[in-house]
Amino acid sequence: MPVIVVEVMPKAELLDPQGKAVAGALTRLGKTGYSSVRIGKRFEVTVDGPVTDAVLAEVTELAADMFSNSVIEDVVSISVEDAAAS
Amino acid sequence: MTRIGVITFPGSLDDRDAQRAIRLVGAEAVPLWHGDHDLLGVDAIVLPGGFSYGDYLRAGAIASHAPIMAEVIDAAAKGVPVLGICNGFQMLAEARLVPGAHTRNAHQQFIRRDQRLRVENATTAWTNQFETGEEIVIPLKNADGRFIADAATISRIEGNGQVVFRYVGVNPNGSLNDIAGVSNERGNVVGLMPHPEHATEEGFGPDTALAMSSGTDGLRFFTSALQSLLSA
Repeated sequence: MPVIVVEVMPKAELLDPQGKAVAGALTRLGKTGYSSVRIGKRFEVTVDGPVTDAVLAEVTELAADMFSNSVIEDVVSISVEDAAAS
Repeated sequence: MTRIGVITFPGSLDDRDAQRAIRLVGAEAVPLWHGDHDLLGVDAIVLPGGFSYGDYLRAGAIASHAPIMAEVIDAAAKGVPVLGICNGFQMLAEARLVPGAHTRNAHQQFIRRDQRLRVENATTAWTNQFETGEEIVIPLKNADGRFIADAATISRIEGNGQVVFRYVGVNPNGSLNDIAGVSNERGNVVGLMPHPEHATEEGFGPDTALAMSSGTDGLRFFTSALQSLLSA
């Protein structure tokens, strides 16, 4: 069954405390050469049936209204993958 | 008797404390259920604290899409007083009933403390029994309490008097401009991170200069709602 993948990231200008904590750990591990880490979210929405324009439009709307909060996050990508192929 | 509804969501923790606070000011506390499309004709609404849906997705995000929120949004537009406490504040922000959003506390940790606040706007439905500039102490307990908004929004709400409470002494979570609570433009919808319902009865509130656990600064949130309904 097809899967619609939605990726959400915290807005670039915002402090991402999770990413900052991971970046701190990298430094403590002696892994130099990395200036920052940012952590986002990936949603995999399995669709019953084919991904029609209407389904894609609905998931695009859900991505904007529910999966993300536009005050603090951006939807960075919406793509269709075939679960059987992966 | 004035009837104030308290909505219970999956993961609400402080719904009963809010109901008790409502009874302590002489109103009727009406339990409401998130899955219903019915406010049972209440005069005012409290969205209580807790960890609805385990803070999954974002704190308050899933609950903000609950069936009863359609009625809450309608009621808010009609001027019904709505108070969101902690997780309830997060729901109000997610539902766009108040400006801004919440992220993880800047120091990454859950925090619980008796928190000093300054009342910045004493004209809202939930603050009219305070004086502007008055300082109060009520408990704070949250993990995702950092209030943020873009610069234009912060400037707008500061100019409109929509910043209702500000942290004093310590900014416990990195909230912008020390903002602890905000309202909608009309002032009938107020959200704040600290918990007024936990400071409503002597013996169970924050410490004061007079006695341990004797702080009841939270009572006036609820008497304010009663007053605003009387004068409405």
